[in-house]
Amino acid sequence: MPQYSFTLNGSPQTVDAPPDMPLLWVVRDIVGLTGTKFGCGIGQCRACTVHFNGKATFSCQIPISAAAGQEVTTIEGLAEDGLHPVQRAWIEIDVPQCGYCQPGQIMSAAALLAENPRPTDEDIDDAMSNNICRCGTYNRIRAAIHRAAEEMAR
Amino acid sequence: MTSSNVTRRDFLQVTSVAGSFLLGFRFPRRSTAPSFHPTDVPTDLNAWIRIAPDDSVALLISESEMGQGVLTSMSMILAEELEADWSKVTAEHAPADRAKYGTQGTGGSTSVRQGYEPLRVAGAAAREMLIAAAAEQWGVPATACHAERGEVIHGATGRRLSYGRLAAGAARQPVPEHPQLKDPSEFRLIGHDTKRLDTPAKTTGRAVFGIDVRRPGMLVAQVVHCPVFGGQVESFDASAALGVPGVRHVVEIPTGVAIVADHFWAAQQGREALTVTWDEGSNGRISSEAITERCRTIVRSGAEARRLGDVDAAVAGAAQTLEAVYQVPYLAHATMEPMNCTADVRPGRCEIWAPTQSPSGAQAAGMRITGLPAEQVLVHTTFLGGGFGRRSESDFVADAVHTSKAVGRPVKVVWTREDDMRGGYYRPMAYNEFVGGIDGAGWPVAWVHRMASPSILGGKGWLRGPIDRAAVEGAANLPYDIPNLHVTWANPELPIPVHWWRSVGSSQNAYVTECFLDELAVLGGKDPVEVRRRLLGSHPRHRRALELAAEKAGWGTPLPAGRARGIAVHESFGSIVAQVAEVSLHDDGAPRVHRVTCAVDCGQVINPDTVRAQMESGIIYGLSAALYGELTLERGRVRQGNFHDYRVVRMREAPQIDVHIIAAGDPHGGIGEPGTPPIAPAVCNAILALTGRPVRQLPIRTVRM
Repeated sequence: MPQYSFTLNGSPQTVDAPPDMPLLWVVRDIVGLTGTKFGCGIGQCRACTVHFNGKATFSCQIPISAAAGQEVTTIEGLAEDGLHPVQRAWIEIDVPQCGYCQPGQIMSAAALLAENPRPTDEDIDDAMSNNICRCGTYNRIRAAIHRAAEEMAR
Repeated sequence: MTSSNVTRRDFLQVTSVAGSFLLGFRFPRRSTAPSFHPTDVPTDLNAWIRIAPDDSVALLISESEMGQGVLTSMSMILAEELEADWSKVTAEHAPADRAKYGTQGTGGSTSVRQGYEPLRVAGAAAREMLIAAAAEQWGVPATACHAERGEVIHGATGRRLSYGRLAAGAARQPVPEHPQLKDPSEFRLIGHDTKRLDTPAKTTGRAVFGIDVRRPGMLVAQVVHCPVFGGQVESFDASAALGVPGVRHVVEIPTGVAIVADHFWAAQQGREALTVTWDEGSNGRISSEAITERCRTIVRSGAEARRLGDVDAAVAGAAQTLEAVYQVPYLAHATMEPMNCTADVRPGRCEIWAPTQSPSGAQAAGMRITGLPAEQVLVHTTFLGGGFGRRSESDFVADAVHTSKAVGRPVKVVWTREDDMRGGYYRPMAYNEFVGGIDGAGWPVAWVHRMASPSILGGKGWLRGPIDRAAVEGAANLPYDIPNLHVTWANPELPIPVHWWRSVGSSQNAYVTECFLDELAVLGGKDPVEVRRRLLGSHPRHRRALELAAEKAGWGTPLPAGRARGIAVHESFGSIVAQVAEVSLHDDGAPRVHRVTCAVDCGQVINPDTVRAQMESGIIYGLSAALYGELTLERGRVRQGNFHDYRVVRMREAPQIDVHIIAAGDPHGGIGEPGTPPIAPAVCNAILALTGRPVRQLPIRTVRM
């Protein structure tokens, strides 16, 4: 079994895995970090969103062989300490319902704000429409992203 | 203070463990919704209050949290009477244990409706015991003390003791016979926006869903089911699959073939290498077209669900009549978390971890498969990544128990999205024929609704009598004062597993009835709001919701060109919801919903923000179904498999939603489901207003101007 090393949430990580094993399953089933979720397996729902070299990316479509030497951040590593402003905004607005898609939503939102600190509704729709939420929390997500943007601007 | 009429002898039980105060209690679950538990169920204790010396207040709740906010709302009711400090309150799922909690199941929007009074009594009893413990310690009468935000206070001296310090003493007090409930004017939590208890865990990735369960020595499995419902394994060749690194076992179980591996990906690779020959049974030729044809054949031979007046004479004597056929397809629940379950079957013990709406059903599955008695089958309920009714079935639990039993290790079975979408238990399709008649003034006077739709209750062997009440709910109880009315239902008896889907019969019956009513309004030259106002004379709560939604939406005021409003009102699960949708069409004819104004009358409100959230949720869920939701069958197989061919609403398509709550002191209604039914007809009625053409089949897809 080949061995791959990458940076996970700021720390070096080495795993034995088949080269085509998606990063999603490496993180969940081998490393044991379960905040990143499986929803569709074909890049349609983005419940599995992680930061891959800082960009929001679907981890179900990244083979571990492509992650070697790269930097990966999951929901568990999003906040350096405590909570990321996006997470604080999520709590203030009580965004989650079932909560299953929310780690992916939060990772997408945090990546958006890193690139575009004051996004418009249109920008948010563009960045977030890949992430499905079956509980229909979209309007609260939009409001929470604006709230986080305000906090980060202060 | 008000007194309660709940009897409480043998309803409450107190214990003390390691200095903690533990109060267990039970409340009856009745079938208030026609479609959920078909019978009264036996109960024992079904929730606990645990107060620890560190002042923490933990509430063990037997309802399943699937997004509807039930852990929070149930805890609010308890904490209100307990006078707990909300910042110290946590809520957990209680384990399934018939001996302790009775039959557990969450569905039918019943939790608050059934739990409200008993939870208050339990909270009040615990409060009085804490006060009694403080009074005893201070040597003062209990009447001289009161509880406030997690402390008991002696008013005369200002002495205070926290609940944690009183816990051990409180556990020694007798359980009060008649605890005094707070006057609702003193409520600090009930009726006020309150933060959900589960939000922090759900924003940090810490919340444990079923799919996140890990047990020592656990393997991960996929189960291949026959692609045709009712089919079985004929033979399989596992040699290639067993050669995949990480695949440990390939075993036949009664529900299919399980590929058991070190992790999901190895199981997936093993599955791709596996060849299975199926005995497809007798359903391998079923198609959507054949199903529609079967319904068309039987729709006029249905049983009578409701009759008023003389419809034949009324149709014959009507100034104008209208006939229409309305159809809806099978729908998947498509919860974000695919079905999964972890089981650990050992000699004399079966442990199950499941994201289930039915811990009792999971336990029953465990008992049936292992032959063990209830006390040796333990069910742990995790968070549910969506439920919408799907997770009250236990087929996915059976997969895990069978597999663990076969391989003798703890096994987590995870369905793929395709397994989930093709695995059955759908919202039933429905074929409806309508005949309507209006009088010379344009008002509806005759209403014939003939429905053909598979029976959910029948599929479970629970159908009693000629009518499935779940199939006709929202249609047989049409609220409109139409003097001549006939509603019938016919069961096409199809071999496709059907199940509760958020709002059940109302999910389709609101659409067909509210749209056909608008067609009659157009025929009579009437405004849709005016027709409803006139016909809702005997349903003032419906009328009030309708009028509020119309007013807040600016009904009748001008809109930009190419935009129109549609309205619908519907009662389900004891709540009445009216919605106005503002709709335009994209260049390609696809509808775009800009704004939804929602008025909800759910009686007394526990957490207003949860009511708003559930309306938002129900609207988006129903809108996904209205715009895109459709499963079709071909050669006995479901064609759709994932979100690319079973589309759902995404953020870009999400309308602005304004929710207006009517809180007029009526009895509690449900809140998880009633937001869903009105959105499809509101949108379709807007399209009728915009184009002059009714939308008689869902999903809407595209519309011609």
